[in-house]
Amino acid sequence: MQSERIIMAHGSGGRLSQRLVAEVFQQAFANPYLDQMNDAAVLPPAQGQPALTTDSFVVSPLFFRGGDIGKLAVCGTVNDLAVTGAAPKYLTAGFVLEEGLLINDLNRIVQSMAATAETAGVTLVAGDTKVVERGSADKLFINTTGLGFIPEGTQLNPLQVKAGDKIIVSGTLGDHGIAIVSEREGLSFSTPVSSDCAPLNHFIQGFLMPGVKCMRDPTRGGLATTLNEIALQAKVGMLISEEHIPLLPAVSGACGMLGFDPLYLANEGKVIAIVAPEIEARVLALMRRHPLGRQASAIGTVTSYEPGLVLLETVIGAKRILSMLEGEHLPRIC
Amino acid sequence: MSIKGKAEELLAGIRQLSGEPFKIMEVCGSHTVAIAKSGIRELLPESVQLVSGPGCPVCVTDNSDIDRFLSLAQTPGVIVATFGDMLRVPGSKTSLQAVRAEGADVRVVYSTLDALEISRQNPDKEVVFLGVGFETTIPTVAVSVEIAEREHLSNYSILSMHKLVPPVLELLVTDPEVGLDGFINPGHVCSVLGTAPFEFIAGKYQKPSVVAGFEALDILEAIWMLLRQRQEKRAAVEIQYSRVVKPEGSPKAAEYISRYFEPVDAVWRGIGRVPQSGLRLKAQYRLFDAEMKFDLPKPKSVNTPGCLCGEILKGRRHPFNCRLFGKACTPLQPVGPCMVSSEGSCAAYYRYSQRRGMSAV
Ligand code: SF4
Repeated sequence: MQSERIIMAHGSGGRLSQRLVAEVFQQAFANPYLDQMNDAAVLPPAQGQPALTTDSFVVSPLFFRGGDIGKLAVCGTVNDLAVTGAAPKYLTAGFVLEEGLLINDLNRIVQSMAATAETAGVTLVAGDTKVVERGSADKLFINTTGLGFIPEGTQLNPLQVKAGDKIIVSGTLGDHGIAIVSEREGLSFSTPVSSDCAPLNHFIQGFLMPGVKCMRDPTRGGLATTLNEIALQAKVGMLISEEHIPLLPAVSGACGMLGFDPLYLANEGKVIAIVAPEIEARVLALMRRHPLGRQASAIGTVTSYEPGLVLLETVIGAKRILSMLEGEHLPRIC
Repeated sequence: MSIKGKAEELLAGIRQLSGEPFKIMEVCGSHTVAIAKSGIRELLPESVQLVSGPGCPVCVTDNSDIDRFLSLAQTPGVIVATFGDMLRVPGSKTSLQAVRAEGADVRVVYSTLDALEISRQNPDKEVVFLGVGFETTIPTVAVSVEIAEREHLSNYSILSMHKLVPPVLELLVTDPEVGLDGFINPGHVCSVLGTAPFEFIAGKYQKPSVVAGFEALDILEAIWMLLRQRQEKRAAVEIQYSRVVKPEGSPKAAEYISRYFEPVDAVWRGIGRVPQSGLRLKAQYRLFDAEMKFDLPKPKSVNTPGCLCGEILKGRRHPFNCRLFGKACTPLQPVGPCMVSSEGSCAAYYRYSQRRGMSAV
């Protein structure tokens, strides 16, 4: 089956469909809920407040340095849950396959999803596959929905953010964006950049404590857009120090060459946390203890200066506006 | 020392030398962006003023040229290959992006080599590369003609809208309305041409100029070097960006330009006709000249009403002086080319300025 390609009959519900489900999906994801083979997964009662999220993934190319669309589809949804303070538990996955897709590629992607789900400790409990004619989709699109539970006592909300709070990022910015662009355009840099794509839930659990007020994962639109969103919601200002923003030298180099600003590039394994000033040092220390947070850095402060206005103090000490992304974003980055 | 420490040192030096008003033009679009992004203007003493020049190749492409390649893109059997920046530039009626949505075959490429590859793969189509750029990118276009000739790629051609920096600078040095005292010369262009083509600024017009790099500290140092020349009552072309720019430039790259191209008069958006400031392919390469191959209309240049791009490119006006800035004209809905290109003055001001459109910096 490995060198074969997806044909329309794989989506017919007939024998070929069944074989595909059995040999590709069930093989990778086997668990009691999926094995029920019911029309819906029936899950046990659970503690905590349910949190539910969904996301679709259309990244091109399917495989890139540091990940693939399958890993991304798990991480993206797991991380959306994790930054609300929820412990992600269950995932569903919908696949839209383009006629002609190599089954071998599909298999690699599904295996990668399964491995990432295992790392994150989430169970894939339901799935669906559709096949469309060549040209109606680009190889493979994946939608994932995630269900998690917020333990009692955890409350994250931008409305709690106030002047004096500290802004922390968990590591270097723009890695995912540059990894995808260089893959897509066949650019090579002396130190190749890998996507930072990773599930953040265990990492976040390691530093989540009272005083952590709001978290976001700066995906599309990057750090700049995410900070602007928080500032608008919380009706606060922010002052960010360019000097403290962690960047890989290869990412700054590539940005200079390609005319991108790393503060607007997508990240898939980073978190921005806004915390009370008393716990800043502890949160930073806890983040740096984890492999995903080695380069964590406190980058700025919440101000009362002007609600919704994010200012950047540049490396030479001037202040300028850090605006939201305007139009020029890269398509199909996740 | 930290970057901030070095910046403070340079700024102290600049303040010391500032005194009488001193108006500097940063010629290159990449400098405009670096200045806006790092907030240099805010830190300079009031008497030292930076104005942006005509150094964004997209911005200086005239409406009539834009209309010409738009008509080319709408010609059946033609694939237009272009750098991404040109896609959204509005001509007098439409843009490449819009004609692409209507079915024109427009491909974004990252180098002329990509355009050659498209020609090889589409032997039944005509592939036209839009040559927009300064001395920095022109050598790569020349190389593509060399390869096309060697491989007999008869379906490849270029539409040369290239521009040369020194001739337009000469126009600006003498413009009394702009009243410039010094120049930050384009680092990348000088890495190809060397400093000789810029000597006239000092020799003929007695004005200081400095070739600068693109980091904030490079630009601060260049400003200090300019002021030092004034202090010492001399005028020269100095190189701050010595890690990249040699006084002799890159003779090989420069030689490529002169082997394939010859100077012609060119129309700069908003500035008008500048003698010998454009390039066309030499007669022996006319097989690869889209101008010769296609019957291109010669539409007259209609300037966009309300858009001050032309005045801004000459350093006479400021983006904040434009009534459309930030209102009818934004990077999402650009009215003029200065707002489209990431290197355009209006786009740089829109993105990075503290007080959008409230006051001139
Ligand atoms: S703001 Fe727009 S319309 Fe005004 S000068 Fe700039 S590009 Fe032209």
